Amino acid sequence: MTAAGATTQGGALLMLAILLPVAGILVSFAFGGRAAERIALGSAPVALVIALAVLAEVVRAERPIVYTVAALSPPLGIALRADGVSAVMLLASALIVPAAGLYARAGFASRPGEGESRKAFTFWILLQGISAALAIIFVSGDLFNLYVALELLTFAAVPLACVEGRAETFAAALRYLLFALFGSIFYLLGAALLYGAFGTLDIALLAERMRSLPAVTAAAALMTAGLLAKTALFPLHLWLPPAHANAPAPASAILSGLVVKGSFFLTLRLWFYVLPALPVFGFDAILGALGSAAVVFGSVLALRQPRLKLLIAYSTIAQIGYLFLIFPLGSGLHAWTADGWNGGLMQVLAHAFAKAAMFLAAGLLYESLGHDKIAKFSGAARAMPVTFLALGLGGLSLVGLPPSGGFAAKWLLLRASVASGQWLWALVLLVGGLLAAGYVYRILAPALSSDPVALKAPPRRTGEVIALTLAVVAVALGFAPDSFFQVLDIGRPVLLTAVSP
Amino acid sequence: MTLFEALDFSLAAIVLGLAARTISARRVFGAVVAYVAYGLLLAIVWVRLYAPDVALTEAAIGSGVTGVLLISASTRLGPLPAPDAPPGAALKAGAAALSALVAGIVAAAVLYLPDPAPSLAPEADAHLAETGLGNAVTAVLIAYRSFDTMLEKVVLVLAVAGVWSVAPDRFWGGAPAPLGPAAPDAALVFLARVIAPIGAVIGVQMFWVGADEPGGAFQGGAILAAMWMIVMMARLTEPPRISSGWLRLALIAGPGVFLLAGLAGPVMAGSFFAFPPGFTKPVILFIEAFMVLSIAVTLPLLVAGPPNREARR
Amino acid sequence: MSASTIAGLTAAVLVGLGLYALIVNTDPLKKLLAFNLLGSGVFLVFGIVARRGAVGAFPFDPIPQAMVITGIVVAFAASALAVALMLRLAKESGRITLDPEGETKLDNGAEDA
Repeated sequence: MTAAGATTQGGALLMLAILLPVAGILVSFAFGGRAAERIALGSAPVALVIALAVLAEVVRAERPIVYTVAALSPPLGIALRADGVSAVMLLASALIVPAAGLYARAGFASRPGEGESRKAFTFWILLQGISAALAIIFVSGDLFNLYVALELLTFAAVPLACVEGRAETFAAALRYLLFALFGSIFYLLGAALLYGAFGTLDIALLAERMRSLPAVTAAAALMTAGLLAKTALFPLHLWLPPAHANAPAPASAILSGLVVKGSFFLTLRLWFYVLPALPVFGFDAILGALGSAAVVFGSVLALRQPRLKLLIAYSTIAQIGYLFLIFPLGSGLHAWTADGWNGGLMQVLAHAFAKAAMFLAAGLLYESLGHDKIAKFSGAARAMPVTFLALGLGGLSLVGLPPSGGFAAKWLLLRASVASGQWLWALVLLVGGLLAAGYVYRILAPALSSDPVALKAPPRRTGEVIALTLAVVAVALGFAPDSFFQVLDIGRPVLLTAVSP
Repeated sequence: MTLFEALDFSLAAIVLGLAARTISARRVFGAVVAYVAYGLLLAIVWVRLYAPDVALTEAAIGSGVTGVLLISASTRLGPLPAPDAPPGAALKAGAAALSALVAGIVAAAVLYLPDPAPSLAPEADAHLAETGLGNAVTAVLIAYRSFDTMLEKVVLVLAVAGVWSVAPDRFWGGAPAPLGPAAPDAALVFLARVIAPIGAVIGVQMFWVGADEPGGAFQGGAILAAMWMIVMMARLTEPPRISSGWLRLALIAGPGVFLLAGLAGPVMAGSFFAFPPGFTKPVILFIEAFMVLSIAVTLPLLVAGPPNREARR
Repeated sequence: MSASTIAGLTAAVLVGLGLYALIVNTDPLKKLLAFNLLGSGVFLVFGIVARRGAVGAFPFDPIPQAMVITGIVVAFAASALAVALMLRLAKESGRITLDPEGETKLDNGAEDA
């Protein structure tokens, strides 16, 4: 086993990926809302370069890169660790956050001549907060460090959900906050028990020292319950639809596309990296079952929504359910495990881009039509072709039709469930696909009619381009070559016990 | 039963009793008062667990400042109509069963933790000499796990931004509502005038001493924060406007200096957040001084809340 | 029974009480109090772990204690944010409810582990 805390080449990049947005937050806070926009957008290219550099280094070294903070190894110090999955997620975040930021310039830019505005100050600082929190989540190797990152993410995301200032947004944000706080405190409780059992919270060291203890089972259950609440997995999903639907479009894009993936990523870290040496006692089947319920429940509710943004939010709940199929299909050491793992991660990425594209397109629709009631979309596709193309491509990925990242993800998961004989998940994937086709059709069908429609204003060209680009990336992920999946495999823990439910 | 066992059992009983009172009190004000008392007794439990730094923090922040926050919240909310339908019997039964299950899980986990317990105390002590500190907890916060602490300061900055963001647009740039009544009691004013300077000195002393004895930046900063709050409650001074430049600087000074020190790490000591050997204690105290400033300014602002009046030009 | 065992059982009960109150109370301010209670129970678990980490001449393990201090500060900040949201919500709509538009049923999230 490699030394848990030896800094490898390129490790400093991990620290820079975190400190850049952190510095941005502090400077923006001091210099005010006008500067905050420039800092947030100006640092985005640098963040992208750092993310690419991290990915390049991980691919070159073919092993995870490590950074020991303050040259003090775990267990006393903190180590940052980036494997293939971390690097890819870091890159996705470095693409989606600036995309939402550029889209948001129309609504949140400071007007020249005016002083600092509340919306500008809030949006650009919290956007950088989300970047920083996600960077830590993807590369930190210490469970308490990750707790601080979870809180950072919550404090950045909740006020974004209510930045518009409407009454119903405050209720949604308050509920979001309470669920998120429940989630983090249960996560922390589990971490306390893990420290009590093993004397460290470093992920690699915990994996080394892992053995079966009552404290460990308790910690696994408590931490997972907390993380599920933050990821809005059924039945702890109630907070998500109002929070995501009532937020402004760029905020919704980030909340659905990236923020919920942060706590999901930690669930992966917990189960695949810390706990794999443990007999699983059917936890993966439970997670798969809850995921399946989320797929069905979320899709059915999406079908019934009259408002586009709420439909997309319920669709998020359904698509999150697919993510949890990675637990029954990607764990253990079987022939199909690689498919399950790759499928789950591809779903994370495809959904992030597709959902971000759809929320941005929905925002454009709202601006141009003045409402987002699906029933009144008649003819809108002819008036706003690019916007609906973005919606359509995003929907393609959600349904899982080729060619798209969503198709690649579901195909891999389907292959894994058939190969492993777990037919239930295959059924869920197919039913979910049908239901998703239903609600995507609901959005597109009336819009494609040739009725005339009155636009309050033509859609913003910049916004359309951004939404379409994100949707195209979601589709392009479907063409990912094998080398892409090999990158995702770098640093993937080889599981020590084979468990099949 | 030994004396200490009796003490511990009594403490546990009182603590649990106050906790039960907190959740069963009908009026919020009564619940908050019970919570503050609970926090103070919990601080004694922390002392019994040989955690004086935590006891100080729990008393100052966990029960003290949180208590002020909640009482001021309940006062400002005033009497409100009953929000939603009271929970049905099924929900209560389900919640009770679930809570009992979780409590049981935690109790079992804690009782069956491995013995001898793994500990980092010897390792922490081994590196203590390098830092020049005498208080191991301070060393963990500012030296070994400084990255965590710096990020936590950033969390505080985001919390302030979040609290401010809740204000209506027209109030942006203005000042939060005053902390005290329009005509404060003469006794309160007298108390503020007398206690605030003394408390300020105690706060600074607690920060300074925290390098070697129980105490530190968080505890000292919390006491300074409390003093500023008392002065504001006595209306001797008002909350500053949120657009104020010095306020913004004071709020980011702690994390900012910490970040700069961390960034200088590779140049000075070979790794981010490493401190130059031989200069470690002065650097740590330097960082902590700014942390004290930020905490002393942040906590009262979080209690004061979002801006509540227009900025006067 | 040592101090840490008694404190451990106390912590378990506090977690249970806090969770119960968090689920059952409809008043968000009371939910916030319950969350603080729950949080202090979790911190107490860290405290027990720290005390059990007493080795030789060292009466405690400082790392969990430092984590608690961080946790207490973060929990306070969370409470402040929650209070700010509640106050604004009360001003806007005259009542505080967690049910945004009356569209979603009020279900305080009974969960499975």
